[in-house]
Amino acid sequence: MDATKNNKSKLKLAIYWGAACGGCCVSVLDVHEHLYDIVAAADLVFWPIALDTKYKDVEAMEDDFIDITLFNGAVRNSENEHMAHLLRQKSKILVAYGSCAHLGGIPGLANLSDKKELFNRVYLESESTMNSEQIFPQTKTEVKEGILELPEFYNDVRALNQVTDVDFYIPGCPPTSDRLLEVFTAIVSGSELPPKGSVIGAQMKPLCDECERKKSDKKQVKKFLRPWEVIDDGETCFIEQGLICLGPATRAGCGYRCIKGNAPCRGCYGPTPDIIDPGAKMMSAIATAIDSNDPDEILEIIDSIEDPAGTFYRVSVPAALFRKKIVENNVEVKIT
Amino acid sequence: MSKDPTIVAFLCNWCSYTGADLAGTSRMKYNSNIRVIRVMCSGRIGPTFVLKAFREGADGVLICGCHPGDCHYHEGNYKCLRRFHLLQKYVSQLGMDKDRIRLEWISASEGKEFAELVNNFSNKIKEIGKSKVRKTMEEWT
Repeated sequence: MDATKNNKSKLKLAIYWGAACGGCCVSVLDVHEHLYDIVAAADLVFWPIALDTKYKDVEAMEDDFIDITLFNGAVRNSENEHMAHLLRQKSKILVAYGSCAHLGGIPGLANLSDKKELFNRVYLESESTMNSEQIFPQTKTEVKEGILELPEFYNDVRALNQVTDVDFYIPGCPPTSDRLLEVFTAIVSGSELPPKGSVIGAQMKPLCDECERKKSDKKQVKKFLRPWEVIDDGETCFIEQGLICLGPATRAGCGYRCIKGNAPCRGCYGPTPDIIDPGAKMMSAIATAIDSNDPDEILEIIDSIEDPAGTFYRVSVPAALFRKKIVENNVEVKIT
Repeated sequence: MSKDPTIVAFLCNWCSYTGADLAGTSRMKYNSNIRVIRVMCSGRIGPTFVLKAFREGADGVLICGCHPGDCHYHEGNYKCLRRFHLLQKYVSQLGMDKDRIRLEWISASEGKEFAELVNNFSNKIKEIGKSKVRKTMEEWT
């Protein structure tokens, strides 16, 4: 772990993307002129978005050659998984960087469908697709020049720690550049690292503790609204205005950027340490805010919550207790 | 080997657990495939408890609390009711039969009703079949 002490040369830093949008890589660039400080302290040895290093160059590295790897993106296919194992082997510290690597993220929402449904939607049913021959991507295709290969698309989207051993987690969609700089500076200055498995660059308390919006003890909601249905007054707690905000079950540390931009929290910093299942905790909190004791009215109010799975588990489906779709209809083992 | 479904029941301390206790002290017979967990109030039963029970292999989860208006803590049972409906909506979205989760009100004097409820629910779960949740979540495909 003491890379800086044993080795006088610069730190070796790698950044890789799995199933990601590229936003995490851009968040590294968002440190602006501090990028010079990073480059002064570390050599970037692998970063597909910016450098032309090939996978085979990584394979040729000795084990533990890289000091820190920031792995962003979820593990969606065999290529992502291969790179997760490879980078684990070549890195002293492997960091799950961003919501997708941490909890599965937005790509993880695909776990609410299975592979067959996804392929049908994308390659057959989508309005702009014409595929009368019903051609689907194949892992191997023979052409006259040889065999072409594509990674295997998995049924389940995985968070990084469901595939390999992870040292630290930096949450966020994307992580804030300030937090990244803090973490990076701490590593470079040789200060003691937190225990393995820690979520770094975030706090232990929920976002509500930090949020400056006005909150009363009376959270009374008669109908849940979508953001476009509300003219936000800019200062009252979103939940009190009938909007679903994931602040109560989400870690602080993001600087409540979304709230400052008048948008409710989506939960990208993940659950606070004591929470087992992020969405379940949030459902518990939201249900408490319902202002009715009448069974029929309660049902009506809950009806106004569109898509609970996608709302409460926006970035955490693969990390949830129910991490994917359950197929129950083609009934199986009947109990006699 | 028992083919009976596994049912986890969360009972509130003040009414439902006492009701279940009454069924016992009155020597009423009911299905033995139920695992009772006593909690102080049905308002303490978070969705996490229920989801975890299914993850650990339960086929059905029964939640019992005091009748509306009778909660020892005034409105814990109403909170439970709201969570229950939201949870049912969520599990349906994931493809689980929502009838695997049931909420009923059992007072301290309703031993007989409790015994009947357990038998009814147990039969209902037998009808639905074994839960696939645990197996599905353990499989990486």
